[in-house]
Amino acid sequence: MPKIHVSTTVNGDTVEFLCETQETVLDVLRNTLGLTGTKEGCGTGDCGACSVLVDGRLVCGCLMLGVEAEGKEIVTVEGIGSPDRLHPVQQKFLEDAALQCGFCTPGFIVAAKALLDSNPEPTETEIRYWLAGNLCRCTGYDKIVRAVQDAALEMKGQQA
Amino acid sequence: MEYQSPASIDEAVAALAALEGARVMAGGTDLLVQLRSGAPRLGAIVDVKKIAEMCSIEETAEGFSVGAAVCGAQLTGHDAFSRAWPGVAEAAGLIGSTQIQGRASLGGNVCNASPAADTTPALIAARAKAEIVGPGGRRIVEVEKIATGPGKTSLGKGEMVVRFLLPARPARAADAYLRMIPRTEMDIAVAGAGVSLTLDRGGVVADARVGLGAVAPTALVLDQAADILTGTKLEDDVLARLAAAAGAAATPIDDKRGTIDYRRKVVGVLAKRAALIAYQRAGER
Repeated sequence: MPKIHVSTTVNGDTVEFLCETQETVLDVLRNTLGLTGTKEGCGTGDCGACSVLVDGRLVCGCLMLGVEAEGKEIVTVEGIGSPDRLHPVQQKFLEDAALQCGFCTPGFIVAAKALLDSNPEPTETEIRYWLAGNLCRCTGYDKIVRAVQDAALEMKGQQA
Repeated sequence: MEYQSPASIDEAVAALAALEGARVMAGGTDLLVQLRSGAPRLGAIVDVKKIAEMCSIEETAEGFSVGAAVCGAQLTGHDAFSRAWPGVAEAAGLIGSTQIQGRASLGGNVCNASPAADTTPALIAARAKAEIVGPGGRRIVEVEKIATGPGKTSLGKGEMVVRFLLPARPARAADAYLRMIPRTEMDIAVAGAGVSLTLDRGGVVADARVGLGAVAPTALVLDQAADILTGTKLEDDVLARLAAAAGAAATPIDDKRGTIDYRRKVVGVLAKRAALIAYQRAGER
């Protein structure tokens, strides 16, 4: 069975790649495209470390086939902010020490950005439910929730 | 392994017939986990998300038609559907995380045939029917006839569910779904209950239907529910009889999530509480 040709958009760039049916978006991002910001935790959709946006919707990269990316727009953590101009969510994760080992952080950044894009002023409860599919074994979550709250305030201030 | 993403139902049926060991994929949240764990006899994947009618929600004079590949976020985000069927919408909204909600489909939840599927009891209470296509043509069956045991369905070789049909709602009708999990999010039902009620002008139950989940090899229709609830205003003794009937109908397993006794007790409590929520919602319409 020959590999399948896929044409998609990743972080705004047109990207073409070849993959086999069973390769996931996560496999393609990390192994074919060299975008290793997206992490593999469980590989079964439980931990959220591989969170990416597909046509604006938050999904687990490990639960989507690479071939399904045809014609879609994918955003990974590499497409959020830049080293000299961090996204407010990234900046507040640093300032509020919302990470320790850092393995879950890319997934949290992508998920938190998706939340604030759709709900700029979430309550603490809304933040906790939205992020329930992102597991962190270091922080105990409080600092993460605070960073998201602070990022929401910051983004609101930028708009005013 | 072959991958196909047909644009029409006819093409999908042809692909399922032609490809050895082909499986339908909608959201893939169950299938890709099975694939990763080395699912036996998985020969090809037929992705149905390019078939427009399988991904859309339509309202007609006969009620709602919900494509089998419609995901949870799409269903809970559909205002007219959520108003008409709040119980089905809340059942779909309980499945998994935000990430899973963006992919996991109604058809997948029903056809994966987990005894603990959240939408199945709610769809049973709603008297939902499934439109199935396959090599033999089209047929329509009640949702409770699809799962035949854990992971097993009555779908024949090459058949797939295209859509679910939910009847039009009369005035003063509403549904509700509740499940018990030991935490607040991200878990599988220990027990679940869906209740749909229609009230008359005086607030008396004119029609009732109850589906139970996670307390038997498949979701159950609680046959006595209509007898117990019709003609009442859900007085305490009526609710006690409902809870007892639900517990008696349950034939649950003992496992780490709950014992047989616990599940029997809890499914009755859930049926009672879901009935009260459905009653209140129906009364407000």
